[in-house]
Amino acid sequence: MGRAWKFGDNVSTDQIAAGRYYHLRSNLPELAKHVLEDARTEFASGVKPGDFIVGGRNFGKGSSREHAVIIIKMVGTRAILAKSFARIFYRNCINNGLPAIVVDTDRIDEGDDLDVVLDRGLVSDGTKRVELSFPPFPAVVARLLAEGGLVEFIKRHGDLPTTSRGVA
Amino acid sequence: MSGQTLAERILSDTLGRPMRAGDIAIVPVDLAYVQDGTGPLTFRQMELMGLRKAANPGRTIAFIDHASPAPRKELATDQVYLREFSREYGIVLSDVGGGVCHQVAFESFVRPGDVVVGADSHTVMGGAMAAFATGMGSTDVAVAIGLGKTWLRVPETTRFEVDGAFPKRVYSKDLILKVLGDIGSDGATYKAMEWSGPAIEAMPMSERMVLTNMAVEAGAKCGLIASDSETARYLGSVGREADWTPLAADPDASYGGVRDIDVSAVEPMIARPPQEDNVVPVTDPSVLGLRVDEVYLGSCTNARFEDIAVFCGILKGNEVAKGTRLFVTPASRDVWDKCLRAGLFNVLLDAGAVINSPGCGACPGVHGGIPGDGEVVLSTTNRNYTGRMGNPNASVYLASPATAAVAAIYGEVVDPRDVP
Repeated sequence: MGRAWKFGDNVSTDQIAAGRYYHLRSNLPELAKHVLEDARTEFASGVKPGDFIVGGRNFGKGSSREHAVIIIKMVGTRAILAKSFARIFYRNCINNGLPAIVVDTDRIDEGDDLDVVLDRGLVSDGTKRVELSFPPFPAVVARLLAEGGLVEFIKRHGDLPTTSRGVA
Repeated sequence: MSGQTLAERILSDTLGRPMRAGDIAIVPVDLAYVQDGTGPLTFRQMELMGLRKAANPGRTIAFIDHASPAPRKELATDQVYLREFSREYGIVLSDVGGGVCHQVAFESFVRPGDVVVGADSHTVMGGAMAAFATGMGSTDVAVAIGLGKTWLRVPETTRFEVDGAFPKRVYSKDLILKVLGDIGSDGATYKAMEWSGPAIEAMPMSERMVLTNMAVEAGAKCGLIASDSETARYLGSVGREADWTPLAADPDASYGGVRDIDVSAVEPMIARPPQEDNVVPVTDPSVLGLRVDEVYLGSCTNARFEDIAVFCGILKGNEVAKGTRLFVTPASRDVWDKCLRAGLFNVLLDAGAVINSPGCGACPGVHGGIPGDGEVVLSTTNRNYTGRMGNPNASVYLASPATAAVAAIYGEVVDPRDVP
């Protein structure tokens, strides 16, 4: 279980990893101290391993900076739940083995106790005693997540996930 | 079976088999690039994955454009790594002062029909060349560089059919801001935005590039425009006649949606903070007369020779308003050179402008014009998110070079149609 940190719509990667900390991109532990600083200043100091980020629409919009996903994961975030994700950010999450889950986040409140069962497609809200279901990941996404992301996948297999039918 | 959209056509031609929206495929990559903010991570990921060489080194580029020249030792040290890695892998290096990755790639590398991946979201600009160009994160681009391929889902396409003539002092920046205001900053998420119609056919390349550049501001995977006689003219102008091939969607292609736009009804537009879809006409009381501390003419969106020429055409003979700063950052060395030869720098310097070396400058908030607390910036760039230009306590408004020029003269937002 982890607690829900609620965010609004359209959280940008500039708010997650601000341009004024550009010089810390090769010093990720330092950059992580400023994670999401321009969206919620108290997040970086308050987040605990296993917590969940709960966004609205279009989470992670804007720049392609993968550092945004890496520092969210570094502080121990279990998963990001949102109504929708910006596409580059979504790929970056999967490539880093961080579940990006599309679910109706209006039903989750700040501070709720959450858990997730990826292979059953369920988010459980222990505070509200409800379960929210989410659609299964596409095969290629599920495979990358299961293997811990794209770096781990390539280290293990030396190639992208393919089958005779194409991808995964 | 219906015909193909431009996105489907490019990916089908690349793979040699028919591809339809929704298909997922592994696709060879014709051009891959990184910049100094994303490149160090890309190259470290390659080393971690054991990708010891680039599949296509001559078509792989490391650009140093975001911190150019480096304002801090950490960034200068990142650039040392980029140079060493580029040398070791034999990949192309575009060093400090060369210009913004998307502009330089467009001038010298992107070809019609190419699949282009860049570790920068505005890679989509390459779609003005009828290339399937899309931004990805560092790890995806690391794999694309090392293996020469990537996986992607063929996007559904929304077609923007544009007719009419642009009114005085209205540009493609105003058109894209209008569209962003209409469809929202996630209005094209995962999709391709394909631009067509008489107004697009008549549009010069420099203006087309604005439309495809800001496709990502609607969440799109790519922005696309057919390769036509204007594409041929442009390629000729940069000495690449041989790279031209015609490429267009089929007339009976199947679109996820079609939006008709009469551009003669579009006004000069401004996007208010904190995002690019918070758009109003320049005459809106929330922006008209707004005092401006800084005017910024720069970025891959609007800092080409043609943009600076429009800006100078309005500015010429005037001085920048007292209390307002004007920063100009040409998009590339080639743009710089053209401006210099055309005498545009004299116009800017006489007016009191500060001219920065080619690159991304203040747009991503690294250096070159970061605003102070409480200040208002009118910028020709593409994003106005909280903190975007380096200060979360400043406000960034987005507009065309023409609207920026009149703001520089008057020190406030003025309707550019009211100015001679």
